[in-house]
Amino acid sequence: MIELAGLTKRYGRTTAVQDLTFSVRPGVVTGFLGPNGSGKSTTMRMILGLDHPSAGQVRIDGRRYHQLADPLTHIGALLEAKAVHPGRTAYHHLLCLAQSNDIPLRRIDDVLDLVGLAGVAKKRPKGFSLGMGQRLGIASALLGDPRILMFDEPVNGLDPEGIQWIRNLMKRLAAEGRTVFVSSHLMSEMALTADHLIVIGQGRLLADTSMARFIEENARTFVRVRSPDHERLRAALERAGGRPRQCPDGSLEIEDLPAARVGELAAENDVVLHELSHQQASLEEAFMRLTHESVEYHARAGR
Amino acid sequence: MSAENARRVLLSEWTKIRSVRSTLWTLVTAIVVTVALGMLISGLIGHNFDDLSPHERMTFDPTFISFAGTSLGQLALIAFGILVVSNEYSTGMIRASLTAVPVRGVLMAAKLAVAAALALVVGMVTSFLAFFLGQSVLGEHSTDIGQPGVLRAVFGGGLYMGLIALFAMGAAWTLRSPMLSFGILIPFFFLISGILANVPATEKVGHYLPDQAGSRVMRVMDDGEQPYGPWAGLLIMTIWVVGALLAGYAVLRKRDA
Ligand SMILES: Nc1ncnc2c1ncn2[C@@H]1O[C@H](COP(=O)(O)OP(=O)(O)OP(=O)(O)O)[C@@H](O)[C@H]1O
Ligand SMILES: [Mg+2]
Repeated sequence: MIELAGLTKRYGRTTAVQDLTFSVRPGVVTGFLGPNGSGKSTTMRMILGLDHPSAGQVRIDGRRYHQLADPLTHIGALLEAKAVHPGRTAYHHLLCLAQSNDIPLRRIDDVLDLVGLAGVAKKRPKGFSLGMGQRLGIASALLGDPRILMFDEPVNGLDPEGIQWIRNLMKRLAAEGRTVFVSSHLMSEMALTADHLIVIGQGRLLADTSMARFIEENARTFVRVRSPDHERLRAALERAGGRPRQCPDGSLEIEDLPAARVGELAAENDVVLHELSHQQASLEEAFMRLTHESVEYHARAGR
Repeated sequence: MSAENARRVLLSEWTKIRSVRSTLWTLVTAIVVTVALGMLISGLIGHNFDDLSPHERMTFDPTFISFAGTSLGQLALIAFGILVVSNEYSTGMIRASLTAVPVRGVLMAAKLAVAAALALVVGMVTSFLAFFLGQSVLGEHSTDIGQPGVLRAVFGGGLYMGLIALFAMGAAWTLRSPMLSFGILIPFFFLISGILANVPATEKVGHYLPDQAGSRVMRVMDDGEQPYGPWAGLLIMTIWVVGALLAGYAVLRKRDA
């Protein structure tokens, strides 16, 4: 369990994180979503005690980070920026971390196996690809077999197979009852992995909700219809109680009539159709709407 | 913090140091350069002893001459001190290190202890090697370790090298960036300090610079230029080292990693 209370971070005059209060619970994957520069990485660094908060605090299983004995056995993290010496072999990198936290040395081989780096254990990461570097970071996070895991944009640099692998890994870790906190700026990615969602924009909390609830509230379905004679079509739809909306590309969107009914109305009125389709607004759009509003609001409030 | 805890962090820092080749090479360089240059200069002076002025012959210090390579060799130890610390920042490893050992003073103390112990061992080996090999080429003008003040000078030479590496570490914790640390420390110890200590306008202050004061311990003959004795000189250097380490600790505690 990670608990944030009023967490704030200012760098000079910019406020990167403002008054964040939320909890990350065990047993589910919690997605941490926000556009570029919204403060996700800063928040994660503060959780680990790397950056000092300007105000507020973080508790990890009820304690401050530096109060944890052998912290790597409580919480493991993959950070956004590299945290590996390129001249030290993967094995020695994990060895020095294991030694400092009294982690059994067989865990080193276990995690290297798990992330698929067993073959390059004795190699120096300066020759690693982006994805291999990412896997070494994930191995470091898993090393202490911690109950809490935090990943900052873990799919960065991974190929489709790697992305699939990390998704399944996160789900499995959560299913084992662990706390999994993962950041992304892609809603579509989160929709596939996260059970719970925390959205921030401009360093402020915008949503703290279950994924299912977010989808239910935001996944708008509608019918798109296109016709060379859309004036007559619109009139017919309105007579039937629909409220079609004109789109810039000339098509109409109707939320309150099913596609079949729209087709019937067109036929009854002898209107030619060029398109009749069922549409679902993407979660990505919902997310952008949510964060865009926050950006606009703050731009105006800042005056 | 328990002794068991300290043992683990020390072991971890030892693993870090021994697993990066570039860092270890600086130590090898320190030994080779100091000893070889010391031998070269000792050999040249030994052969041309008769060309020296009577005053130079009177105050000839065979021990100090065998340490002539220190001015260059110490740069390798300074590089060692800088690399051990600032590589953590330039590579981002510091973030992994601090998540593993979040109490910053503990991380710093363990790294200093391991790196300083290593630098001290290398310093002692260098100093004794430089002395004995230097004397062997000085021939009839050489001295031996049993003469008054000689063992102190040789042992002191080892301490000096350990201290100069520690000073570099303190400066690197303060400055963080390897470029900045190298850019300031190397020219300073290679040129600037020597100039300040020899130009009349600044020599009074220049004598109190860390390397100038510290190297007094390597002299057996007192040339009367420095207003303090060998151990007082080393103490002045130690004060500089403590100052650099305190500054480094203050920066480490206060700033974001
Ligand atoms: N060390 C720093 N000094 C000054 N400003 C910083 C620092 N670190 C972050 N910031 C600023 O804080 C804000 C949040 O940055 P952060 O990296 O946390 O965002 P993010 O949500 O992780 O973005 P991304 O999706 O691009 O990774 C940005 O405006 C950034 O410029
Ligand atoms: Mg980020």
